[in-house]
Parts: sequence; structure tokens; C-alpha cells
Amino acid sequence: MTTTPVIKAVGLVKIYQTGGLPVPAVRGVDLVVEPGEFVAIMGPSGSGKSTFVHMLGGLETRTSGEIWLDGKRADTLSESGWAVLRRQKVGFVFQFFNLVANMTVADNVELPALLGGATPRHARERREYLLAELGLEERAGAAPGQLSGGEQQRVALARALANHPRLLLADEPTGNLDSRNTRDVLKLLGKVHRQGQTIVLVTHDARVASMADRVVSLLDGQIVDDAPIARLQRRPAGTAGDIVELHG
Amino acid sequence: MRLPLLALLAKEPAHGYELKQALEVTFGSAYPSPNIGQIYVTLGRLEKDGFVRAVDVEQSNRPNKKVYYLTAAGREALEAWVDEPTEGPRVRDEFFMKLVLAPLTGIADRMALVNRQRRHYLSLMRDLDELAERTDPGNRVARLLIEGAMLHLQADLDWLERCQEDLT
Repeated sequence: MTTTPVIKAVGLVKIYQTGGLPVPAVRGVDLVVEPGEFVAIMGPSGSGKSTFVHMLGGLETRTSGEIWLDGKRADTLSESGWAVLRRQKVGFVFQFFNLVANMTVADNVELPALLGGATPRHARERREYLLAELGLEERAGAAPGQLSGGEQQRVALARALANHPRLLLADEPTGNLDSRNTRDVLKLLGKVHRQGQTIVLVTHDARVASMADRVVSLLDGQIVDDAPIARLQRRPAGTAGDIVELHG
Repeated sequence: MRLPLLALLAKEPAHGYELKQALEVTFGSAYPSPNIGQIYVTLGRLEKDGFVRAVDVEQSNRPNKKVYYLTAAGREALEAWVDEPTEGPRVRDEFFMKLVLAPLTGIADRMALVNRQRRHYLSLMRDLDELAERTDPGNRVARLLIEGAMLHLQADLDWLERCQEDLT
């Protein structure tokens, strides 16, 4: 039995041509992500990791190469074609939440479902379910500005999941959060992943990356490593102690 | 191990097994559980150095147990330890030695070493996360110990990234 990958990128290239010289940001990246996989993308700043996931979500155009999303060729789509596909298939979480400031939390979460063609009733039910899951039902009527950073990021996650996306893309989702809020967002990511959500996430946070099934490392716009994160062999006692001793 | 034992004995006299338990209870499961043999060896050395002294306490139906207590010299050593700043970051990092030296022999490639080490750090992080989940939220010392280990691991990972940028 073969499954259709949620993402297939083939020879993906991005060259910025801002001033005089062309600047290559992504230089021929191949990636296949199967349904239900959680892939962390790591690499130094300037390695092209953000550009790469933005291209996967159609937020940046590619210079060359192919992007297949859920079995459908996406890189050849027009901007509006991408927008439609994205609404149906992709949820996006950014470092700085990007909530609509003059709409309530509830409306922020319902918006993508409504844009995606859901009935108002369905959009409301989905929103109620997601906000309850994220412990935010009390905040439904608030404006995003009244929420803490951690709460705003949870709202952003709810919004990203509103349309049951095939793919959740995230770019440094905890980059602007303190350690307690990071933990809350991590718990949620773990939960949706266990429910089968496919996730591709850019992070430099080891705690976030350690939740992934697989880590892809970029350097100078190219993949230098792509492998699963192994489970440690558990020794009976003192395993964790060894960790603390080695690294503490 | 020497000074933590002196610190515990400054609180009250104790026998070896009580010291082992006190360390475990205080620091939680993240702390490398000392084996009882190690504790007795250390106590023996501390006794030889005059920092602790032992008295035999008779027990009915069982062999006598040795209860250790702190001497004046022991208290001085403890105070000196508390007073002085503790060693800063390590510069003798085993992985770094490997990274720098192994390629010179032609037996390893730096890129491969860095990549493998990154995945290993992430495995360790996952283990710490699971340990944190299992740790009693009321045990602040144990929680801080795990948090410290996580922060070190993050720094190791950031440093690894720098090594990859500059050495490969």
C-alpha cells in the first residue's frame, strides 16, 4: 500500500534578487513528509529554513523546483490558486501570532473556516471545540491584545487548525514565548500530533524539536541531515541521572 | 560527593544509608542516584581526613551501625566550599575534542559527527521532558535540576550549530 505524501518538494530553489547580486537562500532541497509525520527543521539563521517552509505553504514563490501538496502540484498555481489550496490544506503558525487585532479571539479562529466555505454553524462549533481544547473558552470574546503572548499563540494554533488542515506549518512558534508558555504550546503540538496531525516546524528550540519524529538540518540552503530522532535505550535506573550528570 | 555529604551531616548526624536517601529525596529522580558503596568509601576518606567521625550505635538483633557526625575541621571545609564561587563552564568538552581531532586521523567526517550529535542531544532532551512529566510538581529542587539540564542542552545544541557553521 502506498500513501500520498502530504508534502513532496523536489529540487526546490529560492534565489532572492533584491539589489544587484542574486542571493541563493534555498539551493536544491528535496523533502517528503508522510501523513502523520512531525518533522522539525533546524539550522543556523540564514540557512534558508524559514524561506523553505514559507515556500511549502505558498507564502513565497519558488525560483525553481516542484512542490506537491497532498498529491497535487502546487508550485505552478497562481497566487489566488495557492490561496484557495492553502485555505483548504494548510494551517500556519508564526513566531509573532499574526492575529487580527480588531477582531475577537472567536472571530479570529472562525475566520479561516468561513473563508474555506464552512457554514457559520460549523465554524462556530469547530471554534468552540478548539478553544475548549486549548483551555481558552473563557477568552473567546476578548481582543487578542488583551491576551498574554502564550494565550495569543494558542489562539493562533486554534486558528491554524480550524480547517482540519492536512499540513500544519510553523515557523519558530515558541520563539517569542517564555518557558511556561512554551510548555503549553508544546503540549498542544504533542496532542494534535498524536491525533494524527502532520506537522512541519522550524525551530531552534531543542525542546520543540525533540518532540518531532524526524529532524532535518539545513546549512547554507541545503539539507545536510535528515534522520529520525532515536529513542534512548532505557537502562533500568539512573538513566536520567546520567543525563543530568553529563550535561548539568 | 564529599561536600554534599558534609552539608547533610552539618544538619544532623546520620548513617550512610540515610545520607543516600536524603540525596535522593532532595534532588529527585533527575539526580544520579549514588550507590551505597560510593557513600561508604567517601565517608571513610572523610573520616581519615578528620572531617567526620563515626560512633557505633548498637542495634538489637542486628550488627552495629555507624553514625557519622561532622567535626570542627569538617565544618570549616564546608564553610570554605560554600564561600568560594563554583567552577564556571567546562572547556573540556569530550565531543569537541572528538570533533576537532577525529577528522585529522581520517576516521571521521565532521559533518557526520555534528549531525549525529545533534540527534543525540534531541534524544536526551526528549528523555528530560519525559522525566519532567514524571517529576512531582511540588519538588522544586528536582524540577530546577531538570530545567538546568535542559538549558545546558540547549546551549550545547546552539554551540553545535556554531561548530557546524565554522568547522565543516
